[in-house]
Amino acid sequence: MEFLRPASWQEALAAKAEHPTALPIAGGTDVMVEINFDHRRPDHLLDLNRIGELEEWETGTDTVRLGASVPYARIMSGLRAELPGLALASHTVASPQIRNRGGVGGNLGTASPAGDAHPALLAGGGAVEAESVRGSRLIPIDDFYTGVKRNALAPDELIRAVHLKKATGPQQFSKVGTRNAMVIAVCAFGIALHPDTRTVRTGIGSAAPTPIRAGTAEEFLTAALDEGGLWDSRKPVPPAVAGQFAALVAGAANPIDDVRGTAAYRRHALGVMARRTLGWTWEQYRAEG
Amino acid sequence: MRVSFTVNGRQQEADDVWEGESLLYVLRERMGLPGSKNACEQGECGSCTVRLDGVPVCSCLVAAGQVQGRRVDTVEGLAGADGELSPIQQAFVDAGAVQCGFCTPGLLVAADELLEHNPSPSDGDIREALSGNLCRCTGYETILDAVRLAAARTGQAV
Ligand SMILES: Cc1cc2nc3c(=O)[nH]c(=O)nc-3n(C[C@H](O)[C@H](O)[C@H](O)COP(=O)(O)OP(=O)(O)OC[C@H]3O[C@@H](n4cnc5c(N)ncnc54)[C@H](O)[C@@H]3O)c2cc1C
Ligand code: FES
Ligand code: FES
Repeated sequence: MEFLRPASWQEALAAKAEHPTALPIAGGTDVMVEINFDHRRPDHLLDLNRIGELEEWETGTDTVRLGASVPYARIMSGLRAELPGLALASHTVASPQIRNRGGVGGNLGTASPAGDAHPALLAGGGAVEAESVRGSRLIPIDDFYTGVKRNALAPDELIRAVHLKKATGPQQFSKVGTRNAMVIAVCAFGIALHPDTRTVRTGIGSAAPTPIRAGTAEEFLTAALDEGGLWDSRKPVPPAVAGQFAALVAGAANPIDDVRGTAAYRRHALGVMARRTLGWTWEQYRAEG
Repeated sequence: MRVSFTVNGRQQEADDVWEGESLLYVLRERMGLPGSKNACEQGECGSCTVRLDGVPVCSCLVAAGQVQGRRVDTVEGLAGADGELSPIQQAFVDAGAVQCGFCTPGLLVAADELLEHNPSPSDGDIREALSGNLCRCTGYETILDAVRLAAARTGQAV
């Protein structure tokens, strides 16, 4: 095994181009588990820790460009206003020690259906900035997850940053597990109200081969809020609408039975989380009016 | 490969480090610092907690090569040069927070960092700060007592 330690982003891209099978390592909280347990023996490890710009973010008018290696702990403390859904999701990841190292770039690299950043990214909306020596491209988050632990990166590409829409309304994240810390989600749900476009977006974790949006549920709710004039009146969401939204979210999932829970339980829990998080976000929207 | 970094204020070096090796392994097996414990090697238990550039991390999940030129502080660095226990260590002894002791080094490092930033933590703050450290013996109550005791004593000293 060879340990590559590029000192700059350009050097990292050159190293990845020369060794497309090199395994990037950022926080190491996924990579080192695999190495410690002999599940993986890459020919090259590509250390990203020396590339300072990956640990920074820039806030524009409408978006945040979040460096791939910004640890969860700093998302929680520094981006709660701009990216509330992601900040909430970050807080549910593992433990303080893990949150001091792991970040969104690694979560996207692993692309586990259980990754907690994904529902928040899907609900908030954004794109992954992937780069190689060939150039840079923005992959819409909806196109990023291509299969179980598979993503849209080419072998020579690295994630430079994630471009995320700044919140224009309340966002929530909810996760079911056996305790509050150190829990891989049995299932998880993210919701973001977008009052600027009068739309609602969602993200489902751990309940399908990839993280997904509940498209039909979003369309139904967006239409119902519109028809009821609720964005303007800020009146409560009728229980029947919330119930139908919850049922559509549960129906969007394609879960399996495994050691963490049954498919039926996951569907049920998703419906409950959908109804609750809609309630919380809508109450916040009303209170802000 | 050769890896060199600062450990508890002293420059240290290790040779023939395997590229996939963890910081925990280098500390324990190559630098004679077995205080950090290896219980799970997968980030679940926190017994390997050290501070990397001041920040608590699981040393089993940091690749040794990533630490080149950086600063690491381990449990061995808590006591004074004369062996005098630090306030958090003394509080663990006095509160009876140590049974088998395997979890203790990681808890000490995590609790020490908490008190450094938050000298009078609430119970919620303590639970949150120690949520990445497992103990199979104590049931945690005496550990919470120890952190409260250290906070109270340090507060009085100020
Ligand atoms: C005990 C424990 C508990 C955990 N709990 C949770 C949890 O509750 N929720 C959760 O979501 N995750 C959890 N995880 C998984 C892990 O912490 C997250 O997936 C984290 O986001 C990984 O980030 P990292 O920087 O440590 O990634 P790394 O381990 O460094 O990398 C992960 C993957 O991404 C690739 N990669 C990293 N950076 C880049 C980049 N810039 N460009 C291209 N590829 C890149 C790597 O090659 C690798 O394939 C847990 C892990 C442990 C050990
Ligand atoms: S040995 Fe590192 S967390 Fe358990
Ligand atoms: S004292 Fe034995 S594990 Fe904590």
